[in-house]
Amino acid sequence: MEKVILSSHAVAYAVKLCRAQVITAFPITPQTAIIEKLAEFCATGELRARFIKVESEHSGMAALIGASSAGSRTFTATSSQGLALMHEVLHWAAGARLPIVMVNGNRALGPPWNLGPEHTDSLSQRDTGWLQFYCESGQEAIDTVIQAYRVAEEVLLPVIVALDGYYLTHTTEPIDIPEEAVVDEYLPPYHPKHKLDVADPKAFGGFAGPELYMEFRYKMFQAMEEAQRVAAKADLDFRRLFGRGYGLVDPYRLEDAELALVAAGTLASTAREVVDARRGLGEKVGLLRIRLFRPFPRAEVRQALARVSKVAVIDRAISFGHEGIVSQELKAALYGGEHRPLIYGFVAGLGGRDVTPEDLEEALDRAGKEGPEEEVLWLGIRL
Amino acid sequence: MARDKALKLLNTRDPALKGLLEVPEEEYMYSGHNACPGCGAAQAMRFVLKALGNQTINVLAASCWSGIAGVFPYSALKIPVLHTAFETAAAAASGVRASLDMQGDKETVVLAWAGDGGTFDIGLQALSGAGERNEDILYVCYDNEAYMNTGVHRSSATPYLAWTATTPVIHPQDRPKKDILAIMAAHRIPYAATASVAFPHDLIEKAGKAKGIRGTRFLHIYSPCTPGWRYSPELGIKIARLAVESKVFPLYEVEGGERYTLSYRPRAVPVREYLRLQGRFDHLREEEIGLIQEEVDRRWERLLRWCT
Ligand code: SF4
Repeated sequence: MEKVILSSHAVAYAVKLCRAQVITAFPITPQTAIIEKLAEFCATGELRARFIKVESEHSGMAALIGASSAGSRTFTATSSQGLALMHEVLHWAAGARLPIVMVNGNRALGPPWNLGPEHTDSLSQRDTGWLQFYCESGQEAIDTVIQAYRVAEEVLLPVIVALDGYYLTHTTEPIDIPEEAVVDEYLPPYHPKHKLDVADPKAFGGFAGPELYMEFRYKMFQAMEEAQRVAAKADLDFRRLFGRGYGLVDPYRLEDAELALVAAGTLASTAREVVDARRGLGEKVGLLRIRLFRPFPRAEVRQALARVSKVAVIDRAISFGHEGIVSQELKAALYGGEHRPLIYGFVAGLGGRDVTPEDLEEALDRAGKEGPEEEVLWLGIRL
Repeated sequence: MARDKALKLLNTRDPALKGLLEVPEEEYMYSGHNACPGCGAAQAMRFVLKALGNQTINVLAASCWSGIAGVFPYSALKIPVLHTAFETAAAAASGVRASLDMQGDKETVVLAWAGDGGTFDIGLQALSGAGERNEDILYVCYDNEAYMNTGVHRSSATPYLAWTATTPVIHPQDRPKKDILAIMAAHRIPYAATASVAFPHDLIEKAGKAKGIRGTRFLHIYSPCTPGWRYSPELGIKIARLAVESKVFPLYEVEGGERYTLSYRPRAVPVREYLRLQGRFDHLREEEIGLIQEEVDRRWERLLRWCT
């Protein structure tokens, strides 16, 4: 059924379709429309779930750790400071191998206070053991949340589905809401092999010394590696049932491209326009959108960029003391491959600064030069 | 038979052991746990589980109990245990409750378990949240009056003038112990009570009563710590007994946040007798003991007023 709705509401529909059983909610801009809609669904009984109005994001995640450990499907949404507050329990949720799904409305961290979209909040959680998807549209958001449960419950790791604050959380578009029966077919009910159960008492998360701890971590590493295959299959199966799929990465006009833009999230839509414009001028330019960031789809990235000689990464994030976060990841992935294009890492759009087609044109022009003028390139600085 | 006779004798002579015969024999804790000899926290769990039975899930925040419960793959408890981060006992327990409810299980008791650090300090926000929402959980704080697991560091439950590794004798704890029961009562939760491992019958009775109530229930259990309080292991229960008898740690209940009931009328032993058994108070001068006595008496009078 097609509806013209907010992407945030699309997320709530996805959670409803996935029959989440325990939801925790704490308000933070710009994800609030998600939990408001879910509050409504739970209040009217459209979704049979316990909706816990926690006193902080930290408790919100901790409560989901309890709920998931006891065998329920769980959801929460957060953003920025809220995600940062959760940091400790993000590690805990992943270490406990709990398939929690969370939407993050990407937003810059303070100070200075800022509400605008930026990816540093979720990208800086990359080492917590959560899968991370970055969406470009409301349609992709609803579909990715559904896929996220499939993947999470198969590999037993939690998933962040990231939506650019405002650009995505607050925009309305025609969205095809999948049929309930088909979602049920795609996503069977959650029945974990191990859970808190008085009939079969077990202890979860107890102390493990150096003689065992590392094996727990190795298992997590293996599950994360496996998640690439599982996520690809979940996307293929989704395409089979719903006629839409996205891939782990999303290449655009890359077949014969010499210069590729790389971006995540809604920035890719602007980039696609710029690619078309340059193609119109006869330039061999393409785009690679990173949809799955954790696990980083090394093979897909290498394959997609196998023929380009230069890459301009546009990062809506920064790791201070080094460079843009996607840029680092890309360099690391390509260094391990056979083909190593020249990489220009641009930082842009922090704190919700608009990244315009002109900015991307500038990035392409600068990448057209001999080599990057500096290790880390900034777009649109007004100093 | 001989044991029964002995118990009956104890039963009649000692008010603290009143009703010991009714203590359930079933054990939900294995003997091979990791607690120090003379540990009150271990006894607190043992008694609480006797009252709750095996249809209980334990949500265990970081504390000495994280170690007492056993090292993977062993568990010292016969019930399911969810180990969780320091400040999350009440929040994680809320989630377990919601999850069980959604699966149609309203009977299983969700027992959140934390020490004083995890309750009075770092876990207070989550506990307040759960209490305000009146989550259907039983929260037990075993209070040994400092962060013992890390090596005896002060918490906001550490009593006035006590030594800890972060409040050395030249600058001992300089603020009074936080009144956690008053804080929980202010949330108007259906049931809050203090209990002591030296009064097992009272403790088991309260845990049993709490089990039968819906909503947030809070038990504050006084739990001596051998290395932290610096006593010889066999003195733990005696010290806990003296804490009650000297009115340092009165036993009482608060229902609905308002109805205060005294559970036991102490014999009014001077605090000196309680203090002098513990190395953590060795440095106290007479006038300091006097100050503590005054404060204990003042707070006792206040409690009596509330218990009208
Ligand atoms: S340090 Fe204290 S509380 Fe911890 S196990 Fe030993 S006696 Fe018990």
